[in-house]
Amino acid sequence: MQLALVLDPAKCTSCKQCEMACAYENEQTFNPAKSRIRIFDFHEDGRFVPYTCTQCDEAWCQQACPVNAITTDPATGVKLVHDNLCVGCKVCTIACPFGTVNYNAATGKVIKCDLCMGDPACAKACPTGAITYSDVEQAGFDKMRAWAAKTDSGAQAT
Amino acid sequence: MHYLVLGAGPAGVTAAETLRKHDKSAKITLLGGEPEPPYSRMAIPYYLIEKVGEDGTYLRQTEGHYEQHGIDYVHGTAVALQGKAKRLKLEDGSELQYDKLLICTGASPISPPVPGLDRPGIHNCWTLEDARHIAELSQKGDPVVLMGAGFIGSIILEALALKGVNLTVVEMGDRMVPRMLDETAGNMLKDWCIDKGVRVLTSTQISEVTDGSEGLTVHTKGGEALDARLLVVAAGVQPNISFLASSGVEIDHGIIVDQYMRTSVPDVYAAGDVCQAIDFSTQKAEMLAIQPVAVEHGRIAAQNMAGKPTPHEGSLNMNVLEAMGLITASFGLWMGVEGGDSCRMHDPENNRYLRLEFDGNKLVGGQSVGLTEHVGMLRGLIQTELDLGEWKNKLMKSPERLPEAYVAVAQHNFNISA
Repeated sequence: MQLALVLDPAKCTSCKQCEMACAYENEQTFNPAKSRIRIFDFHEDGRFVPYTCTQCDEAWCQQACPVNAITTDPATGVKLVHDNLCVGCKVCTIACPFGTVNYNAATGKVIKCDLCMGDPACAKACPTGAITYSDVEQAGFDKMRAWAAKTDSGAQAT
Repeated sequence: MHYLVLGAGPAGVTAAETLRKHDKSAKITLLGGEPEPPYSRMAIPYYLIEKVGEDGTYLRQTEGHYEQHGIDYVHGTAVALQGKAKRLKLEDGSELQYDKLLICTGASPISPPVPGLDRPGIHNCWTLEDARHIAELSQKGDPVVLMGAGFIGSIILEALALKGVNLTVVEMGDRMVPRMLDETAGNMLKDWCIDKGVRVLTSTQISEVTDGSEGLTVHTKGGEALDARLLVVAAGVQPNISFLASSGVEIDHGIIVDQYMRTSVPDVYAAGDVCQAIDFSTQKAEMLAIQPVAVEHGRIAAQNMAGKPTPHEGSLNMNVLEAMGLITASFGLWMGVEGGDSCRMHDPENNRYLRLEFDGNKLVGGQSVGLTEHVGMLRGLIQTELDLGEWKNKLMKSPERLPEAYVAVAQHNFNISA
């Protein structure tokens, strides 16, 4: 069974523990700006939305990469950026219609969520259960993927 | 069944793999024109600055990848297509029979009509072989002239500057990357490059190249003489279609294809830079010579060849470019549409710019300078054609709220994470 991050805005209080945990886990700094998960604050509506990569099955970032630097981890389904191969061309950052691959000027490579290779720090840090790492079937991600399919220039036959 | 894929760039490699995915038993031949493993031109600038070795430019990194997928990768150059006989003639006199052919021969650099461009020390920056020459002739401190500050020129610009050459860029247009960036963004990029020590001459044409003390002298129409050890010509590209002269394959600017990537000759398909296919924004056939589009074309063409009818809905024109550390991107109809609204966030002090173009309540284009977070959302919003609702006005006031608008509108429409 493949697990995914299940994000529930209704439970999110925007405490940003996830951003801190992510930045610390991946960049060794307590700087939310370095986080791969982001909380969007809609103060007018009192609504907070956790947002990160969905690890698409047929990932745009992966298909667009000119040097095969993004591969799929068979165990977790994670789309993984290999730093030794990434040349920093940024094509994936414009190809991803979710905007969840970003360029890190400090390293000259792109960064994206890798689910901490199966043990996501954001989910562990979330005190309210707004971020859980659980069965993909329960996640609303099929909807997001369906939405993503609309950006595809030809139906994805699998 | 024998699938012949002519051209081993991103479109060809993706197509060959997709054909294999859908047809386990067919014979698949991938015919490349260069004596290298299939590689990406996108990676050449990074090879030039030694960020990666030659193998780092290869499209696929697994040893034995093509053999493992039963793809026969061979070298050769096509000189003629005989569509009725389903036969391709090669330069070495041999012939290849096919059942279905995909043409993805890409494009080649244009050689502008400037006297003296046949001298030694003048190179395009298109192939790995070009890059090897450039690497040799661009040592630290060497005087180098770059002709053309379009997309390719600007990407090479960064590599050359990082190598520490004494660089002058000569561009005919009134700004950098005129086909990708508007006046504001193109001039921000120009000022940035000048500030970083690169001489950028816009609205300037090269009239002639002669022998000079460093090897070459590059003359401009304004009467300036620039000494150079190396002249890199990046004046645009044109599709590789000369071998199709008497083939019956219909050609406009590039090969004309229908929605299924079929050419006018039965069982002959085309994909990538060589073909003129649907642009998502205009819904017209356009030349979109960019890597992600080549991959989309390759995959869609292959699915259709393999009997999985897949209409091409149109590819989005998009580009991202880094020159001397300043990152610019453009998407779709960034120049706007008649009667549409437009908004800009321009922060020259911090070298940041974001321009959004709307058609009614839909985002149809955009461009950015100095932004690296969530840039792909521009693609997402444009290509899903979501009604922005109240966010349209919020964006008109503050374009930089784009990520918020994206998440809010997507949530509203698709309930994505609830």
